Amino acid sequence: MSTTTTVAHEGGHGHSHDHPKHLAHHFETLDQQFDAGKLGIWTFLLTEVLFFSALFVAYTVYRSNYPEVWQFASQYLNTQLGATNTLVLLLSSFTFAWGVRNAMLGQIGLLKMNLAITLLCAGGFMGIKYMEYSHKFHEGTLWSGNEDTIFRLHAEDVPEHIKEHSHAWDNRDGEFSAAVRDLDPEFRQKLGIFFGVYFCLTGLHGIHVLIGMLLLLWLLLRSMRGDFGPDNFNAIDFGALYWHLVDLIWIFLFPLLYLIS
Amino acid sequence: MSNHDSESHLGHVLPLGLLLKVFFGLVALTVLTVWTGSMDLHGFDLSVALIIATCKASLVCLFFMHLKYDRPFNGMIFLFSVLMVGLFLAFLALDTHQYQGQIKAKMADDLHALEAGE
Repeated sequence: MSTTTTVAHEGGHGHSHDHPKHLAHHFETLDQQFDAGKLGIWTFLLTEVLFFSALFVAYTVYRSNYPEVWQFASQYLNTQLGATNTLVLLLSSFTFAWGVRNAMLGQIGLLKMNLAITLLCAGGFMGIKYMEYSHKFHEGTLWSGNEDTIFRLHAEDVPEHIKEHSHAWDNRDGEFSAAVRDLDPEFRQKLGIFFGVYFCLTGLHGIHVLIGMLLLLWLLLRSMRGDFGPDNFNAIDFGALYWHLVDLIWIFLFPLLYLIS
Repeated sequence: MSNHDSESHLGHVLPLGLLLKVFFGLVALTVLTVWTGSMDLHGFDLSVALIIATCKASLVCLFFMHLKYDRPFNGMIFLFSVLMVGLFLAFLALDTHQYQGQIKAKMADDLHALEAGE
């Protein structure tokens, strides 16, 4: 057995020098390392799909039971902002996919640029999301159980300061199909279910975008340090796969929430 | 790297032109879904929206996520997750309609009790 030589070798340097720099000691080849990592990230993405599926199921159950509630509530979402956010995320997916290409080919300058653009797009997405959320808090178009929601069984329970600001409440500019004030109380109360599902789905998605931003920042800093190249781009590739999944979920969320006519 | 389009020895390098085509395809489909969303398609609204979303998702999976060039096993893992979501949806859809009548009756009873108590 050559155990003694191996031990002596590793004891001296921590790594033996007859294999590529970025190959972890428990893998035979870079290919094997890459494939194992890829299998790992796809398994993680499977758990992510199942994670989100619970909320999509909640969406389906409530929409199939209360289709008229869904149809009515969707008018309080701003389609233009939703569509803009879709385009922003698609652009970020494109730049990240381009970044993977850059890393594979050793184009480090372009890689840094593409990671930075992807990070900016993610920030833009969260900015638009923030505008949408704050508008909803202002209007009182919130989930059932919230103190400030306008979707109450008894109209007198809606706080005065919300009634004062909410265009949805009295439809003062005629921008909606009806004033929430004049709706059948039970129907009005059910509108809160739509917003419960809306905030859970977009909220969980938003958390994923935030985590993606941290990931992008980490990848950008590492690429500035010169970590990545044709032999070592696994982190970029796997990060991109996660980011594309976040994009994928939004691709379904956008029509399901914003485009109910 | 003498040739900038050369293959990396790990993974598959997608040509920039293809990435751009996929991106513009996705933008076009987004415009299409906003357009069809604003129309009344007589009950087919949801199906049309979901078909377009599935096309977009397929483009992202096949090209941006490299599944077209990847080991088939990775794609299989992903397909299985989608299949499981389908099963999950199907069973819950069956279940919710099974008990909806009882839930509505209970809610009506509660409401009456509440009103009688006041």
